[in-house]
Amino acid sequence: MFARIFNAFGRPLLRFIQYLGEVVMLAADTFQSLFTHRLRWKLFLNQVVEIGLLSQLVVVITGGFTGAVFSAQTYFQFHKIGMGSATGAVVSVALMRELGPVLTALMVIGRVGASMSAEIGTMKVTEQIDALRALAVYPTDYLVVPRALAMMVSMPLLVAECIAVGIAVGYFVAISLLEINGTYYMANMVRWTRSRDIIMGLSKAFCFGILIVFISCHKGLTAREGAVGVGRATTEAVVNASLAVLISNFFLTMTLNIIYPAGYQ
Amino acid sequence: MIAVHGLEKRLGDQEILRGIELDVAHGETLAIIGRSGGGKSVLLKHLIGLMRPNAGEIWIEGQNIIDMSERQLAAIRQKVGILFQGSALFDSMTVAENIAFPLREAGERDPQVLRKRVSEMLEVMELQGEEEKMPVNLSGGMKKRVGLARSIIRQPSCILYDEPTSGLDPVVSDSINKLIRRLQQRLGVTGIVVTHDMKNAFHVADRIAYLHDGRIYFHGTPAELRSSDDQLIQDFLLGRSERENL
Repeated sequence: MFARIFNAFGRPLLRFIQYLGEVVMLAADTFQSLFTHRLRWKLFLNQVVEIGLLSQLVVVITGGFTGAVFSAQTYFQFHKIGMGSATGAVVSVALMRELGPVLTALMVIGRVGASMSAEIGTMKVTEQIDALRALAVYPTDYLVVPRALAMMVSMPLLVAECIAVGIAVGYFVAISLLEINGTYYMANMVRWTRSRDIIMGLSKAFCFGILIVFISCHKGLTAREGAVGVGRATTEAVVNASLAVLISNFFLTMTLNIIYPAGYQ
Repeated sequence: MIAVHGLEKRLGDQEILRGIELDVAHGETLAIIGRSGGGKSVLLKHLIGLMRPNAGEIWIEGQNIIDMSERQLAAIRQKVGILFQGSALFDSMTVAENIAFPLREAGERDPQVLRKRVSEMLEVMELQGEEEKMPVNLSGGMKKRVGLARSIIRQPSCILYDEPTSGLDPVVSDSINKLIRRLQQRLGVTGIVVTHDMKNAFHVADRIAYLHDGRIYFHGTPAELRSSDDQLIQDFLLGRSERENL
C-alpha cells in the first residue's frame, strides 16, 4: 500500500526536488564563478547580441500589439462608465507591473531559452562539453556565466523597451482610433504611474531572466540520448521556464507589492 | 606516470570495470585492446576525470585524482591531452580556432603567436590550407587530425587516444598510426591508445593490455601477445567469434 503511494507520488516528488536542487546548484556555481573567475568578455558580448539585439523585433511587436489591444479593450469597458480617459493609466500600470515583464519573458523563452538549451544539449551529446573539460575549461565558466550575465543585463532592457513601445502604441490607438482626448489621457497616465511601477517591472524582468537562463542551461547540460534527447531537453526547457515564470510572477507580485505598493499613495 | 588500482565502475545494473590494475611509465605507449562495448572508452575517460569510479584509485604524476573537484582536475588536464573517438571538435569554430582554443584559454592573446603555433600544428598534421574550414566540412580523418592537434598544442606530457583509427579507411588509418608514432618520437610523450584495431595497436604500442570482462586479462609486449597460446587472445587476434568455436 505505502509502496504504491510512494511510487505514485513519492518518486515524482523526489525527482522534482532533485531537479530543483540541481538548478539551484548550477545557479550557485555560476554566481560563485562570476565573482571568483575571469569573465570571457567576447562570449558575454556575443550573448548580449544574441539575447538583446536579436530579440528586438519580437519584443517590439509583442509590446506594440499588447499595448494596442489592451488600450482598446480598456477603453471599451471604461467608456461605458464615462472613464475613457483613464485608459492611459491602466495601460501604463498594467504594462509596467505585469504584462511587460511576463510577455517579454515568455517571448525570450521561446526565442533564446530554447536555443540555449538546444545548443548546449548538442554540445553535450557530441562530447564537446567533455572536450571542454578535458581541455581544462570548466563548462560553467565558459557556457553558463556569459549567458547568465548577458541575460541579467538584457532582460530589464528588453522589458523596458516592451513597456515603452506598448505605452506608445496604446497612446496612438487611443488618440487616433478611439478618439480619447490626448491631454486627459497623458495627465491620467502620469498621475497614476509611479517610479515604483517601473522598478517592479524591471525587478521582475531580472528575476525572470535568472529563471530562464538557469532552467535552459541546466536542461542543455543534462541532455542525453542524441537528437531525441536534445529535442526533449529543449521542449522541457521551454515548458519548465514558462511555468516557472508564470508561477513565480504571482509570488513576485505579492512580495514586491509590499515593497512597492500599487495605486495612488 | 599513470597508475590505476582496483578501479570499479557500474553503469546502472551493469558492471563495466571490475578492478582494473594498470601502470604506464613515462614515455611509454600502452594500447588497451578489447571487444567493442567492453569498457575501454569508459576506462580512458576515468583517466582524465571525465567519469567518476565507484571504487579504486587513479594516480597521475603522483597525485590521486579520484577525490579532486572539477576545478582541481584542471591542473592535471593541462598535462594530459585526449583525442575523442568522434573528435569532439567545437562545431561553431573553424579548424584554426579549434586548434588555438587551448592556448587562448591558457591566456595567450598575441595573434602572431597563436597564428605561428596553429601553423606549426597544421604542418605536423599535414593540414595546411584547411585552417578556415568548419568541422562539418572535414572528412573523418581530417577531424581526427584536428582533434589531435588541439590536444597536443599545449604540449601535454601524456596523450590519451580513444579509437584513433575507427571509421577510417586503411590508408588514412595508417597515416594516423604514423602520426601517433611520430608524435611519440618527436615529443617523447606517454601515450594510452584504446583500440580494437590490432594493426593500430601493434603499430603504436610498446605494451598491450587486453581488457576482458571488466578486468585486464593480459598485459605484455606486442611480441608476447602475438606468441600467447591463450584461446581467448588468439580468438581476438584472429577475429574469430565464439559461435564459430562451437
